[in-house]
Amino acid sequence: MQVQGYMYPNEYELAWSILIVVYPYITGLVAGAFILASLERVFHVEAVKPTYRLALLTALAFLLVAPLPLQLHLGHPERSFEMYLTPHRTSAMAMFGFVYLWYLMAVLVLEIWLDYRRDIVLLSQRTRGWRRAIYRALTLGSSNISAGALAVDERAGYIVTVVGIPSALLLHGYVGFIFGSVKANPWWSSPLMPVVFIFSAMVSGIAAVLLIYMFTTWVRKRALDMRCLDTIARYLLYTFLIDFSLEMLDLVHRIYEANESFRSLDFMVHTRLYLSQIVIQIYIGTLLPLALLGLVQVIKLGATARKRIYACAGSLALVGIFAMRWNVVIGGQLFSKSFLGYTTYKLAFATREGLLPAILLMLLPLPILWGLTKLLPPWPEREAEPAGENRAATLSL
Amino acid sequence: MNRWRNGEHLLRVALVYGLGVVAFVLLRMALVPRSFGEFGHYRGNAIAETARQRPVFAGHQACNLCHSDVAALKRTGIHAGVHCEACHGPQAAHASDPGSVRPARLATARLCVRCHAANPARPAAFPQIDPRRHNPGLPCETCHPPHNPLQFLSQHS
Ligand code: HEC
Ligand code: HEC
Ligand code: HEC
Ligand code: HEC
Repeated sequence: MQVQGYMYPNEYELAWSILIVVYPYITGLVAGAFILASLERVFHVEAVKPTYRLALLTALAFLLVAPLPLQLHLGHPERSFEMYLTPHRTSAMAMFGFVYLWYLMAVLVLEIWLDYRRDIVLLSQRTRGWRRAIYRALTLGSSNISAGALAVDERAGYIVTVVGIPSALLLHGYVGFIFGSVKANPWWSSPLMPVVFIFSAMVSGIAAVLLIYMFTTWVRKRALDMRCLDTIARYLLYTFLIDFSLEMLDLVHRIYEANESFRSLDFMVHTRLYLSQIVIQIYIGTLLPLALLGLVQVIKLGATARKRIYACAGSLALVGIFAMRWNVVIGGQLFSKSFLGYTTYKLAFATREGLLPAILLMLLPLPILWGLTKLLPPWPEREAEPAGENRAATLSL
Repeated sequence: MNRWRNGEHLLRVALVYGLGVVAFVLLRMALVPRSFGEFGHYRGNAIAETARQRPVFAGHQACNLCHSDVAALKRTGIHAGVHCEACHGPQAAHASDPGSVRPARLATARLCVRCHAANPARPAAFPQIDPRRHNPGLPCETCHPPHNPLQFLSQHS
């Protein structure tokens, strides 16, 4: 049944499709991956160092894809540039273009460049042909990698990261704000929304980097750094606990407040959203990974068992956070603002806003990440090798 | 001196970013229309351009002049409140020169369901049909004359 009860004419079909689910999911991964990277830099969590660069590149790969779902949804991607030409200062959505640009150019690209500068200079000396041309361009004509210059990079990188953390929070808090500030929609309208979005972003970003680190290490047939993995998993557990408590806080607040929308939303959670909210998001996507990650903390397990548990918990967390985005975006449009009716979301497959483009957009960051790791190898082994001449030797591709 | 040399590459990035900003400002000057922002957050000239456009709808009084037979029939039926151009589309060109511009023929299978297909967003009292069940395959005008849809039905009853 498509519609039950009474819907206003403009509520009958959903305006925001699965692409609008993919969009906050991807920006969340960006913000989360960046925050994991900054742990090492700002809070000096040495253990996560092996994933520092990988996390930065992951953030960049996903950030490059982040606007695509929006552009596909709106159509006329060439017009999105006009957001910069004639900025609309009272529109939260239009100003997002600047948040995005700031985060991309002033934070991520700059931090990656500063961190890789030594490698770029060395690569520009060791490679040939078009590769050399690329690296030479990336050096910006400066091949100064003396200890003094690297110290300057370190310092500047630190500043960029310190600026980057609030920027990452802004980037994703902003997405939450867009939903949280829709006062006509009781499912969204909540000042907790940006905070919940930030913590769920950290969960998904950390889980994604964890999985990508495990996967790339396996592909390259190297040994996993278990200390690093354990630390990441611990942070995953902590942020997940905070995220879950915040969501529960929101829920308790709604139940206790029980305002005029409550019956309608409650009905929805028990019917149309039961599978995606209760079963997938809460049971499978939150409680199960929390239990798995908690288990590792209380009982001693061998490395293989821990690895399996982390892989499992990480994947479930990604599923859970995706379900959370789904329940926010789609769930918020399934009920009538009259609280008298409910509609259904019909997901098409190979249409402009169908499942297929959503899947392709979700996968697109991975080849981009692959390309980035070819250009700027993030692998941690190099850090362990002695400084000096043989370091340059290992840099050849 | 040494410090300056070690930080020199930062100046290079700053220069690249600065060039980016300059390029953006130039691009903006070239691309943003002159009249933008004259009255509000839009192109001021757009108003004059829109005003210059020629109307494409003639209005139903215009049709009634020449098609008084259709108008008379329609006035007696349930479609009395539906204007000619709601179905026939904008016909200002035809109304001013009926000899050379003829309205396109309408396919009722598509036209009528635009308003009458069952849709929960429509007021419940509005006559609605499920096109897959309500005499599928037959053009609507077989039974419902478009200008007075209940004409035959009321004659029979
Ligand atoms: C100046 C007189 C005049 C006006 C005003 C006029 N029409 Fe016509 N219309 C005609 C004539 C004459 C024909 C017949 C043309 C023919 O058969 O070659 C015609 C034919 C038509 C046809 C039938 C075309 C066909 O292929 O059978 C339609 C439909 C039509 N008019 C709609 C309209 C509508 C709607 C309007 C109001 C916007 C309108 N007309 C205004 C003179 C007019
Ligand atoms: C509910 C939709 C609808 C409305 C309203 C409507 N028409 Fe029609 N009209 C049709 C359809 C359908 C046909 C038959 C198919 C065709 O000829 O294109 C038609 C045919 C005609 C014709 C061709 C000859 C005929 O009489 O069948 C003329 C002329 C015409 N309409 C004029 C008018 C005028 C003038 C008005 C306004 C007074 C009007 N129509 C309002 C749907 C409509
Ligand atoms: C622009 C919208 C529109 C289009 C197109 C349209 N109609 Fe209608 N129709 C109406 C309106 C409005 C009424 C009157 C409803 C009322 O007053 O309750 C109506 C009433 C009717 C009724 C009377 C139903 C009843 O039992 O009261 C029939 C039958 C009908 N239309 C058939 C048609 C057919 C056949 C076509 C295609 C030729 C058509 N309509 C195209 C708007 C439209
Ligand atoms: C075979 C003849 C026939 C055809 C073809 C036909 N109808 Fe009808 N229609 C009827 C009859 C008879 C009624 C009145 C009895 C009824 O409600 O079924 C009717 C009733 C209606 C009503 C009023 C329904 C209500 O509940 O008030 C609408 C609207 C309507 N028709 C639209 C259409 C449209 C649109 C088409 C074309 C897609 C169409 N009809 C084709 C015979 C027909």
